[in-house]
Amino acid sequence: MIRRPNEIWQASGDEVTPKPLFMNRRKIIASAGAIGLAGLAGCSDASTAAQAQSPVGTHTPDPERQLDYARSDFRLDEALTPYDAVTGYNNFYEFGLGKGDPARYADRMTTEPWSIEVDGLTDRPGTYALADLVDFDALEERIYRLRCVEAWSMVVPWIGVPLSAIIEQLRPSPAARYVAFETYLNRSEMRGVRFPVIDWPYREGLRMDEAMNPLAFLAVGVYGEILPNQNGAPIRLVVPWKYGYKSIKSIVKISFVADQPETSWNLTAPNEYGFYSNVNPQRDHPRWSQRTERVIGGGVFARRDTEMFNGYADQVADMYAGMDLIENH
Amino acid sequence: MPRTRSHLARFERQGLKPLAFWLLALPGLWLFAQWGLLLGGQDHSLGFNPIETTHRFLGDTALYVLMASLAVTPLRDLTRWKAVMKIRRRIGLAAFWYAVLHVIAYLGLDLYIAAGMSVSGMMAGLWDDVVERTYITLGMLAFIGLIPLALTSFNAMIRRLGALLWRRLHLAVYPISVLAVLHYGFLAKGNQLGPWIHGAALAALLGYRLFAYLRHTRLRAQHPA
Repeated sequence: MIRRPNEIWQASGDEVTPKPLFMNRRKIIASAGAIGLAGLAGCSDASTAAQAQSPVGTHTPDPERQLDYARSDFRLDEALTPYDAVTGYNNFYEFGLGKGDPARYADRMTTEPWSIEVDGLTDRPGTYALADLVDFDALEERIYRLRCVEAWSMVVPWIGVPLSAIIEQLRPSPAARYVAFETYLNRSEMRGVRFPVIDWPYREGLRMDEAMNPLAFLAVGVYGEILPNQNGAPIRLVVPWKYGYKSIKSIVKISFVADQPETSWNLTAPNEYGFYSNVNPQRDHPRWSQRTERVIGGGVFARRDTEMFNGYADQVADMYAGMDLIENH
Repeated sequence: MPRTRSHLARFERQGLKPLAFWLLALPGLWLFAQWGLLLGGQDHSLGFNPIETTHRFLGDTALYVLMASLAVTPLRDLTRWKAVMKIRRRIGLAAFWYAVLHVIAYLGLDLYIAAGMSVSGMMAGLWDDVVERTYITLGMLAFIGLIPLALTSFNAMIRRLGALLWRRLHLAVYPISVLAVLHYGFLAKGNQLGPWIHGAALAALLGYRLFAYLRHTRLRAQHPA
């Protein structure tokens, strides 16, 4: 569906029904086994389901923000990083450089209504409302490890849709070899962009085969709820075999392009941050050793050895066959 | 008001140094208390990545205290408060001790644990870092530079070296402080404001000393003793 910006207001229905309520009308389809509520397994009545408290890990989702989703097979079988850490320890420089700044200041960001501009080599360019791109009836939960280039990691229960589903819907032409993303930028809502830490807006990109990889995910939620702003609301990329900064937040633009797009950290310091940015303990970063990582929320001294492709080699290594991954870091 | 003046004189004689000591110790005591709370399973202020917080806190404190030690002489010149010179050495030594804690935390909480609790692995990790990471190279140079200054910051050493040699040796604090700010600047991701502010503050302090030195030599040239 192609819409002009002024039509989005009329089309999204957001002004009639606040999004959380609209989402809560859908029945919870997460399996009882996944959420530990066997007694509600057979419950299909929407109003009852909307009130159901279905804890994710130790966190009970806020009923106002709760999402309906299915469990998926992409589940890292490890202890989840606590909710407070996932939503309180963030890098989102548009809101400040401190890890607590995004949680403090990101609520000023307007996420409703939200539209995403699609351009470049595609049959369906235009401006899309969020609900036109993301099928909120087809949400799934995926538990991935997030490995930050700053040598720390988390285990996060994301909710969203495969990136490939959206790309297929947007019909890029065969000439599109890359997909580029851009983050929302608003000087009055984002206190961190007053200073040129990087050349705003934040930009990222993937090679088309990477974007179509089944692991590549667009998240609209975390821990059973709509994404908090500091985690990249209302829609963000999650590419778990790459360092965290590749997983661009609060996406407002998707472009299909023929040539490798410019990416923010690569522009800032090309010797440190390559285009691919695959997690690679062998490639020593000039700033942090990448051999090990601190496990956030795993105890003060918790560390683990960093794995090639962050442990997702089986799913992604084929894409880089024959490539020198030190050179193409 | 002779009474007030005598109070002030007494404070300068007896109270200034202990006050400086406790003020300078305060950040360290706070950090120590927070680690006590953390390890005791209580609420603490070290955040979700306590080791990172510790590195930042100790590094910031060492740098601020070092800059404070550089500000003492300009402060005396501008305010004519001579007694402040009594605590200059104490401030410089405090900067050294925070740098020591900073290095110990880096070795013990990062490299030692990353190497699987092995001292030889820790030393290998240190060597890799010094060789490969510019900000570590700069930080280590700054730290090593502070050692001879700290070792000569006792009355006996000052007497042995003589005032002139001691003063010349301690001019090294200026290049060391430049290294320390560069250490911070090279650590910062992207173009951050913080290192520029530190750099500007340091440039002002160094610029003042250069200005004072030039004026002094010009006066001496005009009025030879």
